[in-house]
Amino acid sequence: MAHPKNHDYHIISPSLWPLIASIGAFVMLAGSVLWMHGSGPWMFLMGLVAVLYVMFGWWSDVVAESNQGDHTPVVRIGLRYGFIMFIMSELMFFVAWFWAFFKHAIYPMNEYVGSQYVQPDFYQMDVWHLPLINTLVLLLSGAAVTWAHHALVHNESRKDVEWGLLIGVVLGVIFTGLQAYEYWELLVHKDWTFGGDKFFSTFFLATGFHGLHVIIGTIFLYICYLRVRRGHFTAEKHIGFEAAAWYWHFVDVVWLFLFAAVYIWGLGG
Amino acid sequence: MADAAISGHDHERPGFFTRWFMSTNHKDIGILYLITAGLVGLVSVAFTVYMRMELMEPGVQYMCAEGARILSQAAAGECTPDGHLWNVLITGHGVLMMFFVVIPALFGGFGNFFMPLMIGAPDMAFPRLNNLSYWLYVAGTALAFCAVFVDGGAGPGWTFYPPLSWQDAPTSRAVDFAIFAVHVSGASSILGSINIITTFLNMRAPGMSLFKVPLFAWSIFVTAWLLLLSLPVLAGAITMLLTDRNFGTTFFDVAGGGDPLLFQHIFWFFGHPEVYIVILPAFGVVSHVISTFSRKPVFGYLPMVWALIAIGALGFVVWAHHMYTTGMTLNQQAYFMIATMVIAVPTGVKIFSWIATMWQGSMSFETPMLFAIGFIFLFTVGGVTGIVLSQAGVDRAYHDTYYVVAHFHYVMSLGAVFGIFAGIYYWMAKMSGRQYPEWAGKVHFWLFFIGANVTFFPQHFLGRQGMPRRYIDYPDAFATWNYVSSIGAFIAFASFLFFIGIVAYTLLAGRKVTEPAYWGEHADTLEWTLPNPPPEHTFEELPTREMWDKQPSH
Repeated sequence: MAHPKNHDYHIISPSLWPLIASIGAFVMLAGSVLWMHGSGPWMFLMGLVAVLYVMFGWWSDVVAESNQGDHTPVVRIGLRYGFIMFIMSELMFFVAWFWAFFKHAIYPMNEYVGSQYVQPDFYQMDVWHLPLINTLVLLLSGAAVTWAHHALVHNESRKDVEWGLLIGVVLGVIFTGLQAYEYWELLVHKDWTFGGDKFFSTFFLATGFHGLHVIIGTIFLYICYLRVRRGHFTAEKHIGFEAAAWYWHFVDVVWLFLFAAVYIWGLGG
Repeated sequence: MADAAISGHDHERPGFFTRWFMSTNHKDIGILYLITAGLVGLVSVAFTVYMRMELMEPGVQYMCAEGARILSQAAAGECTPDGHLWNVLITGHGVLMMFFVVIPALFGGFGNFFMPLMIGAPDMAFPRLNNLSYWLYVAGTALAFCAVFVDGGAGPGWTFYPPLSWQDAPTSRAVDFAIFAVHVSGASSILGSINIITTFLNMRAPGMSLFKVPLFAWSIFVTAWLLLLSLPVLAGAITMLLTDRNFGTTFFDVAGGGDPLLFQHIFWFFGHPEVYIVILPAFGVVSHVISTFSRKPVFGYLPMVWALIAIGALGFVVWAHHMYTTGMTLNQQAYFMIATMVIAVPTGVKIFSWIATMWQGSMSFETPMLFAIGFIFLFTVGGVTGIVLSQAGVDRAYHDTYYVVAHFHYVMSLGAVFGIFAGIYYWMAKMSGRQYPEWAGKVHFWLFFIGANVTFFPQHFLGRQGMPRRYIDYPDAFATWNYVSSIGAFIAFASFLFFIGIVAYTLLAGRKVTEPAYWGEHADTLEWTLPNPPPEHTFEELPTREMWDKQPSH
């Protein structure tokens, strides 16, 4: 009784990726604990390689399955739901960092009686220069991706899709570069430190985790660019592209909140 | 490729390694979750037995700095109390139970196995991701065990409050392991939640609208939302802790303008939904069991669903009732007090609906039903002490006493765990094809019921007398009830070992059950239309409406 499957859902054959990924995650995290306590980065790097290898292999499988037609309309709906939920969880991750920022901005501990802490007065920077430029760079990048999306959906030339994505990626890289330059400027020329003060903690970790997401999103967009060149996407079926675009806009929105809160409120004169 | 894997090999089950290590099958993954959770649970319970041995009499007899002992007679030499060992065991018990036993058993185990079956889905929406959830859970467990054994172990308690959780940063790696254990377990649960929500929304059988979905599937769905929205916030908080410990940031360090209370707030923003994450799936299990053995449909299906949703939503806005004594303003305390008490309303809806389901039913008392009724009774006790603790004024006296310990063990150990056992006995033959011996199940129930109550009920008295929690020793005045409580813990542990025996016997030599709906016609959700155990792939022909739409109201 070979049951031919009689539905449009995607039944996946057994896979080794999850097991390798978990072993990799364990090695990477145990290795990073050892590294943080002075044992050298090797175990961490081995785990990291395993995790990256799984990411590459697993998602290659997903692309292959998509190209052979496993992603029926109902599966595509599921993939969209899944990705929206992933972005929601990411959003909640940033809630923690904003929580830390707002707590310290609204109720700074230096105002409590008996606290020894004195807030240093060298935080301020001109947020209307480099940070504003960065904001515009990221928003422009989002606009370029939207242009590519429209070109794809309305079946205009593939060249437009490619250019839109490429510009989006390049602007993303520029954003990362400018952010790195800003860190360097602050740490080397402005007496900022990574630790030692709650403001530095929230600034570097909130913007740092955002930066990490920018890098991930840039890679995601670049993969989409490569897939466009291979003709993987059609006007009806382009879940990978859609997910990348959603992710990129999510990164945009988080930045706008960071710019408004951490930069303008926290740093603006 | 995927299609070939299904229709290509007719009867062949995949090989052992392929089936259990590379699985993309929600039923196999569910079983993996249940077995792993059971093993971790055994370790975690063993910790508490050792702790109850220590607390049985005043003074320190077992946990000595000279070396931990199993027999107090061996105490020929001096015994200097080893408070750190105590802290490590309490931390290990909390972290393991919270993240690696109860959620994986209820949400990972039953959720994986039965949620897709109940809605008539052929598998989860993302079967491969499902397996990643399971294996990340295993990786997290491994990290958690590192946290217990490395560098003398992590001892800040499962809540990781700073400064307890960073003061040992220069010398100990244990808390770092614990933090990563929680990170990985969180990633596992988030991916699982994404999977569950997508499956629930996208793969219900034709015609099964949202308010026709069985209650257990609903409870898993609501739980998934709580996990999805609360765990990332915890991930942020413990990341701050990690950087405070290792990279010199000062989120929680007053010397750098940080605030330890910030951690408590963010932690409990996760921690309170976590409480409902633990209990909601048990609600779902109990609804089915009560209905089956009362031979009546669940009373008030729609209010039951809305109560689940309401508890889930309210769970996000009451967190600071864990922090009444931290110096919050009166207005804050008043708000959190009122919001907390509001939760009693939907919870009451559930309790009374279960009672109304039993009302005038032709009830029978098989083991799952005993556990379900035990659940209602004991969960209500825990709920009522919860109302007591929600009063900010009363909490001044009860905060961090054994009254709190008794309260949350009544809802967890006697609530959630009773729910797990009810589910195991209810579905054991469905999952394995073999039925447990009824007498043994009943013996297990009574042993566990008596043991757990004898353990935890006296702790109310101890709390009222003012015994603080989380200490290795206590004054003689508390000796009597501590002695009784320890006896109860030994009985409960014996019942757990007996339970493991029952499972082993059932799987190897239990009576085979061929009748799909072996609990009778009132077990009428879709899993009861399938053989025991279900074939590798279920619902390859999607179920028709007649198969599941039994009651107009359900």
